[in-house]
Amino acid sequence: MGKYLIKRFLVIIPVFLGITVLVYCMASLAPGSPIELLMSDPFATEMDIERKRQELGLDQPIIIQYLTWLGQLLKGNFGISYRTYSSVLELVASRIGPTLILTVFTTVLSLVVAIPLGTMAAYKPYSVWDYASSGLSFAGAATPNFFAAMLLIYIFSIKLKILPTGGMYDATGPHTWGVLLRHLIMPAVVLSIQQAGSFIRHMRGSMMEVLNNDFIRTARSKGLREKVVLIRHGLRNAMIPIVTQIGMNIPFLIGGAVITEQIFGWPGLGSLMVTSIQARDYPVIMGITVFVSLAVLIGNIIVDVVYTFLDPRIRY
Amino acid sequence: MQVATDSAGVHRKRSYWNDVLKRFSHHKLAMVGLSIIIIEIILVVILPSLAHLNPYAMDAGSGFGAPPSKAHILGTDEVGRDMFARIVYGGRTSLFVGLFSALISLAIGVPLGLLAGYYRGFASVTVMRLADVFMSVPSMILVLVLVSVIGPSIESVTIVIGVMGWPQFARQLYGNVLSVREKDYVQAAIAIGEKNRRIILKYILPNAIAPVIITFTFSIASAILQESGLSFLGMGVQPPQASWGNIMYAAQSITILSQKPWFWVPAGLALLVTVLSINFFGDGLRDALDPKTKV
Repeated sequence: MGKYLIKRFLVIIPVFLGITVLVYCMASLAPGSPIELLMSDPFATEMDIERKRQELGLDQPIIIQYLTWLGQLLKGNFGISYRTYSSVLELVASRIGPTLILTVFTTVLSLVVAIPLGTMAAYKPYSVWDYASSGLSFAGAATPNFFAAMLLIYIFSIKLKILPTGGMYDATGPHTWGVLLRHLIMPAVVLSIQQAGSFIRHMRGSMMEVLNNDFIRTARSKGLREKVVLIRHGLRNAMIPIVTQIGMNIPFLIGGAVITEQIFGWPGLGSLMVTSIQARDYPVIMGITVFVSLAVLIGNIIVDVVYTFLDPRIRY
Repeated sequence: MQVATDSAGVHRKRSYWNDVLKRFSHHKLAMVGLSIIIIEIILVVILPSLAHLNPYAMDAGSGFGAPPSKAHILGTDEVGRDMFARIVYGGRTSLFVGLFSALISLAIGVPLGLLAGYYRGFASVTVMRLADVFMSVPSMILVLVLVSVIGPSIESVTIVIGVMGWPQFARQLYGNVLSVREKDYVQAAIAIGEKNRRIILKYILPNAIAPVIITFTFSIASAILQESGLSFLGMGVQPPQASWGNIMYAAQSITILSQKPWFWVPAGLALLVTVLSINFFGDGLRDALDPKTKV
């Protein structure tokens, strides 16, 4: 296991370096560098510009510039935000918590919906359960999350007035779990619509395959109750492809969080991303992108570790 | 369709595609999806000139943000433009972005997947690791950053979504090619000394391409969703050009959301119905292309 993990970490190094190259290339294409800003200043002399260029290391070849940036990055120095003049690392770190709460809660919610529905759909194909679950997954895949968000706000915040329209806590009042949950519920539902749909489809498919196995027939002929057959013998085996799906969904989840957080004013990485893009705050944009990609890579390793708990036959 | 030149090959091919057509036409949801898409294409192409729709004309007489009436069946937007005309033109935008960005993804991904699968070794390591790089960054974030760097417009959105979508095609084709290249007819072609180019184009591509059609369909749907998301954030298609996403961008304030539902509900429903229809179509295609599906 230890050996396998080391190997996995070694494999993500080139991928991670590739991502940093990609991010650096994109950012260096961006207009509005500090030099251009200085050049538009009528009082700046040729010498001022040259000095600034040397100061920022822009007179070096692009590869040296990239390596300098990468070196700083690896030391944990993500630079300074153009917008707030605070450290990018601190800015990003302060937003990780809310995004983590939102995405983890969303995933749990999706599983809570998808596991029973997918299982029932596989257990009784072409039943009401089956049609309901496939309808749900089709609708989920086709609903733009901002449209779902607007509908929910319209229904629950404006018409029924039972849920807040946005934020993480009330502007005034205590920061309790209950308040957090009330604010969390709509963004999480919006974000889980697509994910739950894909989980349902995969759950149904993998459960159907599992239920065709001999050991299920054996379990039934032993006289076990259907509930035990389904849950202990079926579900545990059918969960493995779902765990893969959780891993593969991480990038989409974070992508969806960008729009969802923006609509609900959720103070996470996604809304920071939108603000930074609108302000052309490239150090923050690069910082978030690098951080998020790293999270995706590590998330996939965690998924691999979870496999071993679900299926003892898998050994690394 | 490029098919094998010998007569037996042509015959077998035709009957497979006949079966596909038959299976597809029995798939009710797929037929519904296809009909809606066709109707929509006809609407966005013909209706504007037929009904003299103008998505840019401001009708001060009816007022700004006027509710649906006889003159404007879906009301007007915040500067008095006919909402129905904007929805129809928004449909043009969505279908354009969806189709062309999927084509771009296909044009990049298919050759890379072919090369990686056929030559394996260095080619496959390079291409597949590159695909990993692209797939590890959430595509929404990559697209958002790149569009903001280039400058948002319908062209840049199409190109960026297209370029970022290649790994799906490359991965799909790579897997197919790996299995097809082990088939006897390919091994025979290699043995008689056919040129690599000819083997790839004549023997491998036609036999590995079918599942790519499914990926292509779903990729149109996801491009439409991505475009609308970008436009909704104000980073996609820019006004005055209409897009379903930027129509809804105008409805973000709570007052408009609650008091002027015609600002956002029709555009949202149009988006939902379009993507749903494309997905139904793709789903039917998947069943139809699978020879194991019973008619």
